[in-house]
Amino acid sequence: MLKRASSEETLPVIAHFEVHRRAYLAPDGTVLRQPPDFAADTDLLISFYRAMVLARTFDLKAVSLQRTGRLGTYAVSLGQEAAAVGIASAMRPEDVLLPSYRDNGALIWRGVKLEDILTYWGGDERGSRSSGPVHDFPYCIPVASQAPHAAGVAYAFKFKKEPRVAVCLFGDGATSKGDLWEAMNFAGVHKLPVVFVANNNQWAISVPLKLQTAAQTLAQKSIAAGFYGEQVDGNDVIAVRAAAEEAMTAARAGQGPRFIEALTYRLSDHTTADDAARYRPPEEVQARWREEPIARLRAYLVSKQAWGKSQEEELVADCQRQVDAAVERYLATTPRPPETMFDHLYAELPTAYIGQREEVAGASHA
Amino acid sequence: MPEVTLVEAINLALARAMTEDPTVLVLGEDVGVNGGVFRATVGLQQRFGADRVIDTPLAELLISGLCVGMAAQGLCPVGEIQFMGFLYPCIDQLVNHASRLRNRTQGKLSCPMVLRTPHGGGIRAPEHHSEATEAMLAHIPGLRVVVASSPERAYGLLLAAIRDPDPVIFLEPTRIYRAVKGEVEDNGEALPLDVAFILREGRDVTLISWGALVKETLAAAQELAADGIAAEVIDLATLKPYDAETVLASVAKTGRCVIIHEAARTGGFGAEIAALLAERGLLNLLAPVKRVTGYDTVMPLPRLEQAYLPSVARITAAAREVCQFG
Repeated sequence: MLKRASSEETLPVIAHFEVHRRAYLAPDGTVLRQPPDFAADTDLLISFYRAMVLARTFDLKAVSLQRTGRLGTYAVSLGQEAAAVGIASAMRPEDVLLPSYRDNGALIWRGVKLEDILTYWGGDERGSRSSGPVHDFPYCIPVASQAPHAAGVAYAFKFKKEPRVAVCLFGDGATSKGDLWEAMNFAGVHKLPVVFVANNNQWAISVPLKLQTAAQTLAQKSIAAGFYGEQVDGNDVIAVRAAAEEAMTAARAGQGPRFIEALTYRLSDHTTADDAARYRPPEEVQARWREEPIARLRAYLVSKQAWGKSQEEELVADCQRQVDAAVERYLATTPRPPETMFDHLYAELPTAYIGQREEVAGASHA
Repeated sequence: MPEVTLVEAINLALARAMTEDPTVLVLGEDVGVNGGVFRATVGLQQRFGADRVIDTPLAELLISGLCVGMAAQGLCPVGEIQFMGFLYPCIDQLVNHASRLRNRTQGKLSCPMVLRTPHGGGIRAPEHHSEATEAMLAHIPGLRVVVASSPERAYGLLLAAIRDPDPVIFLEPTRIYRAVKGEVEDNGEALPLDVAFILREGRDVTLISWGALVKETLAAAQELAADGIAAEVIDLATLKPYDAETVLASVAKTGRCVIIHEAARTGGFGAEIAALLAERGLLNLLAPVKRVTGYDTVMPLPRLEQAYLPSVARITAAAREVCQFG
């Protein structure tokens, strides 16, 4: 609780706020609280598990491609797989995802081809053409700048009376930006069907959470915008999925926006261009590995006798095969002709720029 | 045909676009009940409803960002930024998103939005209310930047901007919102974008301007005519992409060019036209290209703004100077 520093005078309390935290699985996979009904469906949980392992396999492969000069700078999502899958799995195909650059797991769940993600990070715009739902947004690189888009998309849904939800993913650093506040504020005013999800991974490159905000939680930031926010254990996929489902159901029913703070940890460097050893002790990372989401869900599934060694081996091999095949397709991609940089600048290239396109084409074919 | 002011022409175009196309939305600060601080949106909320004419919170970045999201979902948002000096929080949205959404998704998503804002000084407004920073916007690939300079062109160009499938920044000359009247038939006919308008033909010197200064430029041409100098006056109208061919053809005929704009000189859009003439029109030039512009100072507060803004006298002096060559 935040108290007045001085209390010479007793003032009446005119508002009370509380922030809830949701968690079902402990780091070792044991049950903290009775999970929601959907968790009884072990096939569903196994589908989450598969998606999380695939996302991690993909991430690790992408890093090795970058290290061997076959991919550009890549933003790794190691440790954040539960948040990505928990959120994306609660979405419907017609909903709109507005991801940030670290949300690979969510894109993969939405049907984006692995080779497309590689193509984008490999330096080719064709990668963000998105093989996922046609209305999803591409990765947003300038932090938090996609939040107003999410509010605009949600406004369009409400205006068109379509029961769809905009889902905006961002990191803890984004909560320091006005963009997010402006979007949340508007979403609150108009009760828009949008879910704001902060992947609170504790680090914005080298800046720790305590230097981003003095607020006790990020979830409470929605209180000022007039809507409900909650903190979930972002390494507990059941908790993330439950919060996401509840938020999307409410949004779809016209009850307005929600904010989810998924408490997690960035186990990797910020990107392949970063060296986190410069600013955070390895002991901290080591300790956080004990809370990571994949081992946690596996332990739970094993305890339910829904998962075993042979399935694990099969899954690992299958993910490896999928990723390897995608890498092969990515590496076989031929560069597009340079003059195609003009192709999607406008619906129709203005006459003024036709000469420039010819100049590029001439130079490349000379 | 009824005579209307420029701001009334804007209002007519907005109402026409909203009548024709149910996906057109207007959003901005005070655009609803109040009808906008310049009354450009007056009556629209009463006519089209609060869900199509949205009084936004006081947040310019939001207005531009909402437009991107709405446009990606098939709506046609027309955002209003109350004064150009308050547009800068939108630059991130314009540079990083609106102008490149089509390209970065390779045509999957697009951004058919319009962002309207008053442009320029001369109305004795407070600080930050008299900006003319169109060159910053015209530098952004993927955008269109359009400046109106009469009621007729405000009506026709705004309709074209709203119907355009790509993002358009639409600048409205504050100083002549009400200072000029023109006949506008509300027939839904758009004027072409990317095209300059020759407002007056002449053989001796080409005067190129846009926005409110077109008024002074035409007055200067009138004055020059009395001295036997026939000035051709071009309203550039669309700054990005601009109509280089009309400029080159005119200068090929006159051999002399004066560019007139309110914005600061260095890096102003006049520099682009001067560079065009140096690259592609040099051999037709009989005289150096002149620029009559605002100075490389901060836009002064009202007591000095007339000293800053190009005047008829400055334009005629520059025209006479270039006419002494050749």
